[in-house]
Amino acid sequence: MSTETIENTKQGVEVAKPTEPLLSKKRKQLLTNPLDEDNPITIQVLGICSALAVTVALKPTFVMAIAVTAVLVLANVVISALRKTIPNRIRIIVQLVVVASLVAIVDQVLKAYSYDIWKELSVFIGLIITNCIVMGRLEAFALGNKPWDAFLDGLGNSFGYAWIILAIAFFRELFGSGKLFGYQVMPDSYIGNGVMMSPAGACLLLGLIIWVVRSKSGYVED
Amino acid sequence: MENLLNIFIKSIFIDNMIFAYFLGMCSYLAVSKKYKTAAGLGMAVIFVLGITVPLNWLAYNFLLKEGALTWISAEFASVDLEVLKFIVFIAIVAAFVQLTEMVVEKFSPSLYNSLGIFLPLIAVNCSILGGALFLPTRDYQFAEAVTFGLGSGIGWFLAVVSLAAIREKMAYADVPKPLRGLGITFIIVGLMAFGFMSFGGFELPFKTTEQQQADQEKSSAKIENKSVEQLVISVENTTP
Repeated sequence: MSTETIENTKQGVEVAKPTEPLLSKKRKQLLTNPLDEDNPITIQVLGICSALAVTVALKPTFVMAIAVTAVLVLANVVISALRKTIPNRIRIIVQLVVVASLVAIVDQVLKAYSYDIWKELSVFIGLIITNCIVMGRLEAFALGNKPWDAFLDGLGNSFGYAWIILAIAFFRELFGSGKLFGYQVMPDSYIGNGVMMSPAGACLLLGLIIWVVRSKSGYVED
Repeated sequence: MENLLNIFIKSIFIDNMIFAYFLGMCSYLAVSKKYKTAAGLGMAVIFVLGITVPLNWLAYNFLLKEGALTWISAEFASVDLEVLKFIVFIAIVAAFVQLTEMVVEKFSPSLYNSLGIFLPLIAVNCSILGGALFLPTRDYQFAEAVTFGLGSGIGWFLAVVSLAAIREKMAYADVPKPLRGLGITFIIVGLMAFGFMSFGGFELPFKTTEQQQADQEKSSAKIENKSVEQLVISVENTTP
């Protein structure tokens, strides 16, 4: 008797609220679209500052990618959970406060556990706050969707961001100093290409990467 | 005075926000399609940077830095609130931007129409927060901070206006399809950055070689002092 009622209530709940599977097709797209078709850097044009500034070598870039992933995913979840209580007029300030506190935590963790890289990244950790990817995703997605979807969206976008900046850093470190992750790869006779190390080289390289990515995906800007 | 002039020139040309640090890149690319909007946002950036950098300097030196609270009472000499710098800086920037928007809307509707739409964009412009975050790493005096803020703003303005001018001309060029828009813009920015690199090492007023030598000796002496200090610190840290 008792089991029956439990089953009944269970069924009742399921009928009233058909839940989506945890990784439905739509949700998988949230995760995979930002990797190429809807990439935050090459298509949406967000988060360019750090993409260019920290990519001199692979190691700091890798740390930066992890930091951005942590901040973006957590901020997306928090804002999405609070989305019904945030008044529309002050939403930017609320978002900034949430992001700034997360960044402060990341900053302290990095300072404690990898001081050298923290020093190298200097102001660019703090600038995750105004990284357009974070604000853009909060505005465009987290404010209108459930926390789990927002989590997946954050993860997808930060991976899309990560692979582009890692690609830039790969070429810049390889041709700029002949190393990868600090290990010598090129023969010793290779002379580092100064252009790759300079900010200007990063711009040219990103332009070329965008060219390749867009000619593959067929995206044309008018 | 010479020092201020140097900081001014340096923050416009050598340490240009766009070409040396890529700060404010997102809005830089987004608004540089038309010359007019670019100039509008550029003016707004000069204004906001020129005021928020000194404001943040005050906040940092009288509130956040280690031992900064001693003006209240000597007990606070060991208080270090630097952890809070991100929240304080961004709050000051956002609040100031909001305030300016309201004041401008109230007192000068014509200015609001030309500038107002850009103001909310500025709160999340990296160059504003970046300007503030450079303060702890560079030991500026107040006057120097004001100069630095204004100079950086003017540097950003120059960069955005010149890019917009080039992009307007680009309309007549036959660019390969996938490269159109963002791709070619990046390549232009890269070439412009090469141009700005030629300002490197520029210093005002021009010094005689003797003065330069004296400066070099001074700076090398400073480095030696620093390394000794660091040694002392590291020794202190390693001894339990």
